[in-house]
Amino acid sequence: METVINSAYLYAAVSFILGLKFMGTPSKAKRGNFIAAIGMIAAIVATVLIITKMPSKTANIVFLVSALLIGTIIGKQMSNKVEMTGMPQLVSLFNALGGISAFIISLNEVFINIYEPTNNIFKLVVVSGIILGGASFTGSIVAYYKLSGKFTKPKSRVIKRAAKMLFVTLFILSVDLLLLNNSTWEYGSIIVLIAIGSLIYGVLFSLPIGGADMPVLISLLNAVTGVATIFSGIVFQNPIMVMGGVLVGATGVFLTIQMCKAMNRSLKNVLFGSSQTVRIDDHESAIEIQQTSSVELSSILAFSKNVAIIPGYGMAVSQAQQTCYELHKKLIAKGVNVNYIIHPVAGRMPGHMNVLLAEANIDYKYIKEMDEVNDVMERFDVALIIGANDVVNPLAEDDPDSVIYGMPIIKAYKAKHVVVMKRGMSKGYSGIRNTLFEKTNCKIFFGDANDSLQKIIDELKAI
Amino acid sequence: MKEEFYITNIDGIYILIFSLLIGIEIIKNVPAILHTPLMSGANAISGIILIGGIIQILSLENTDYFNMICSSLAILLATINVAGGFFVTHRMLSMFAPKNK
Repeated sequence: METVINSAYLYAAVSFILGLKFMGTPSKAKRGNFIAAIGMIAAIVATVLIITKMPSKTANIVFLVSALLIGTIIGKQMSNKVEMTGMPQLVSLFNALGGISAFIISLNEVFINIYEPTNNIFKLVVVSGIILGGASFTGSIVAYYKLSGKFTKPKSRVIKRAAKMLFVTLFILSVDLLLLNNSTWEYGSIIVLIAIGSLIYGVLFSLPIGGADMPVLISLLNAVTGVATIFSGIVFQNPIMVMGGVLVGATGVFLTIQMCKAMNRSLKNVLFGSSQTVRIDDHESAIEIQQTSSVELSSILAFSKNVAIIPGYGMAVSQAQQTCYELHKKLIAKGVNVNYIIHPVAGRMPGHMNVLLAEANIDYKYIKEMDEVNDVMERFDVALIIGANDVVNPLAEDDPDSVIYGMPIIKAYKAKHVVVMKRGMSKGYSGIRNTLFEKTNCKIFFGDANDSLQKIIDELKAI
Repeated sequence: MKEEFYITNIDGIYILIFSLLIGIEIIKNVPAILHTPLMSGANAISGIILIGGIIQILSLENTDYFNMICSSLAILLATINVAGGFFVTHRMLSMFAPKNK
């Protein structure tokens, strides 16, 4: 039996690695996911096989199997129901579940073994699992609510200070725990205190992080759950858990770094930085913008050769991806070249816009990354910006005092015509003006992105 | 019963370091278009925590209902993470498949 279990774990380990590897290539990604899933099933089945060693554990098996079955059904339901625009929320929610699972398992393990003598390594590892699992759980739940638009950004100064204090407290409690000789009562209560503290810490950690920084937060929380899994894996001395945890942690850290790079900000700045120092703009009244109409815009589009579409979070909000593809098809039919340019941090999680476009059946061969096209931006006759703001703001290049200075942007302003679709003159997440709107080649088309696109399509039919 | 997959500390450190290096190596070149599926796929793998739950629940006395309920709750939640994560990644990647016109 040992051999079976160990070979299954080996198989799972290899399939996780291969699965992740394949997931890095668009044409093989689906197979990669499948391979990883099979590996996971193998690992689970093998672990359940331990039961053959142990008689009379019917109750345990009943609980175990029903939990597995119900969980699978619920998971399948949730994944079927979700809208692609709701993907960031779902990923956070799943991450929260992984976190709380690590939290419960570690906590339970402490109380199951509470009368047994423990050593400091066990304590340290199990406490780390509790803290990371708990913080990842509440942090992801906060992220979930933020992404659903149910929270607005609260006063972050106070929260950040409280978070720092709580962090120190957790640290002291953990040290205290290590110094403690096994007095069960004290040991148990300190663990409970740490557990509660970690739950609160997760909330305080996530709350001050704003909408556009969400991609960083989600990736980071993902990594944290991975690390929590590593610690649980060490507690259970289980190689596949350690391995899986490390892979997840590595992926999370990788994405976090990528997202920070795309915003030219350090992780520290995203998490603890003070975006409070935004200067109030006095240029407000001086902004002169040119508006455009669907008639004008559709004729510009119809007589262009190259059109770049730059989507942003606004596109997700108004669910405009399908309509956008309609427009795309109309333009292709008129012999216009259409490309999509996607900024790495557009939207609310890494790759958010790509998922939306894929949902609308837009082939990824039309999708360009920012670096591919920035140098040849001039060749686009029209840059059509749908619900993006900060990622095309030239201030990032021009104004060293600006909060977004240094962030790589899509150089939309270089296109011959720039058309911005937006609802109103509200500012982007960073709260600064966008000098793109004032450029002479830029026109603004007010309205809900979906409605606006529909109007253009209607006009194009007439041409 | 834990003895079966007992790993020594040094084994553990090897596993940790090598999987970290492999992890970094294989995801280094993932294009931006696949960031979301990569994240949700990795997220599903992080549900491997449920293995811990299984070991835990099987090690309990068969009358220890309180702890059994706690463990099975953890297993339930982790299973949602695993199943949901893989299914949703599959759904997403199906959309990424090259289109035949």
